[in-house]
Amino acid sequence: MTNTNTILYLDGVSVSFDGFRAINNLSLVLDRGEMRAIIGPNGAGKTTMMDIITGKTRPDTGTVYFDGTHDLTRYDEADIAMLGIGRKFQKPTVFESHTVEDNIALSLKGPRTVLSTLLNRRSADDARRIDEILATIRLEERRDELACNLSHGQKQWLEIGMLLAQDPKLLLVDEPVAGMTDAETEETVRLLKDVAKRHSVIVVEHDMHFVRELGVKVTCLHEGSVLSEGSLDHVSQDPRVIEVYLGR
Amino acid sequence: MSSSLFGGGLDRRILGLLAILTSAAVLVPVLNLAVPPTSSFHIPTYAVALLGKYLCYAMLALSLDLVWGYCGILSLGHGAFFALGGYAMGMYLMRQIGTRGVYGHPVLPDFMVFLNWKELPWYWYGFDQFWFAALMVMLVPGLLAFAFGWLAFRSRVTGVYLSIITQAMTYALLLAFFRNDMGFGGNNGLTDFKDILGFSLQAPTTRAALFSISALMLAIAVIVTAVLVSSKYGKLMIAVRDAESRTRFLGWRPENIKLFAFTVSAVMAGIAGALYVPQVGIINPSEFAPANSIEIVIWTAVGGRGTILGPVIGAVAVNWGKSWFTAAIPELWLFALGGLFIAVTLLLPKGIVGTWDAWRAARRARRSAGKGTSQVEPPVAEGTTARTTRHSIEPQPAE
Repeated sequence: MTNTNTILYLDGVSVSFDGFRAINNLSLVLDRGEMRAIIGPNGAGKTTMMDIITGKTRPDTGTVYFDGTHDLTRYDEADIAMLGIGRKFQKPTVFESHTVEDNIALSLKGPRTVLSTLLNRRSADDARRIDEILATIRLEERRDELACNLSHGQKQWLEIGMLLAQDPKLLLVDEPVAGMTDAETEETVRLLKDVAKRHSVIVVEHDMHFVRELGVKVTCLHEGSVLSEGSLDHVSQDPRVIEVYLGR
Repeated sequence: MSSSLFGGGLDRRILGLLAILTSAAVLVPVLNLAVPPTSSFHIPTYAVALLGKYLCYAMLALSLDLVWGYCGILSLGHGAFFALGGYAMGMYLMRQIGTRGVYGHPVLPDFMVFLNWKELPWYWYGFDQFWFAALMVMLVPGLLAFAFGWLAFRSRVTGVYLSIITQAMTYALLLAFFRNDMGFGGNNGLTDFKDILGFSLQAPTTRAALFSISALMLAIAVIVTAVLVSSKYGKLMIAVRDAESRTRFLGWRPENIKLFAFTVSAVMAGIAGALYVPQVGIINPSEFAPANSIEIVIWTAVGGRGTILGPVIGAVAVNWGKSWFTAAIPELWLFALGGLFIAVTLLLPKGIVGTWDAWRAARRARRSAGKGTSQVEPPVAEGTTARTTRHSIEPQPAE
């Protein structure tokens, strides 16, 4: 069904809520190690697509395969996270009353049973991994700070750091630069490019400047299906995309 | 030094509370039994029983705090677990009466003779043994909480909906235990207890011993809670409280984390109930009343949820107030309680302990800000501030 070079495979996926077709016959293929930007006007189905991939929403029809053999429609959120898909929410969601370091520690890959948390002692390996991730997201200085004291942009990075700690094969990143300053956006571009060296990534974003900076293949969604796909220049010159963005 | 005990779970304040509880366990019986009644240091027997009751309430509030303050599960039915533990102990105490009942029946408790029952129902078997009753004190509330939680958390029932069904649970049990044919004494419940493990319940020595045991059990409950909440599991409880979906998308199963906390909490509440019954001498269905469960929430909120000291202080303070009020102006007590809850919600949303912590943290921040202009803080001091801020976790409202 899928070749080994494909990390994510969606085919003919549809889902409706109360008669409204949020996703309509959507097909999308992501290669292993690829970073893809997803754009589209409000209500195009970007977040619903992420909900389907992460098991929050079950599609009415269609197939969703991850990493070759896993049929994602048969798993729930926690299972899918353990299979190796990490998700960053649109609104930065971190554990506000924990320190930055603890946020990462709670996300580290490892057993997820209650018993394992009762007996847990942080190993030297874990500590090294935490240091590594804090260095990647540039929050080493603030490791003992409570997450609620971070700026909006730093929370976004912390959440990306939490995904990295999970060591996923695929990262879904929903609007990472929403509400960020220009400098923070620059930093996020650097961070995501760095992450994409070792992971497959899907980034959903409105900010065209940011998408251009990423310099990756772009998929434009509209009314729940793919409208156009290719380089940003190709997509932004597609008359149907112009129609959707400007025509109304 | 102290912070290394039990993996950092016991900070100085908790050690202080433990010291107070253990010394009370020794001092109160001494002041009651060994000091003559003429002395102003003498503690009368009724006061010993009253203090023992407060400690049971404190343990109950602590058990609620574990699920509400740390895990965000606002249970409005925690009184049910307390009452079930109490009933298990009451059944043992009923069997201890033996032939000394009004009807003098060797096996059947008085109310069963009165109802013309011929033999003991099967679920009363074993309650003549203390060890069996003690096991049931923990097992019955624990199993109920496990079954209830398993269904509710797996179905992702949260927030007010969960609170409402916990309330419905205790109300259903209230109605069930009111029925005579349930075999738990109906409306009157279980009372007229004579002795426990062969010691007369009327004897001041037994009452003093029960007080000491309550104080020590509360101390153990404090240690268990402190160790739990400072472990990685405790951090996850707080993570689930603050951002449940985040934990789920990280691969955790919030339902299991909640289920464990809920079950441990119910067992703790059951033990509190079992200690309460011999000290007050009665257990009846009114312990299942929804209003009782709401009172537990008020104690915890007043003291400060999401802290270990808070529920203990809250339960003792509010019940001391209740004892005073219901003696002086009984008709106003419910208004005072309602007013207190509103006042705490509006003025002290973090409760007594939470507000105190916030005030101290603010003062420390001001002081170090003032110092920062003149000299650089040594790194050691920085480390300690970081650690203390980590401990003063701000409780968040249950979703």
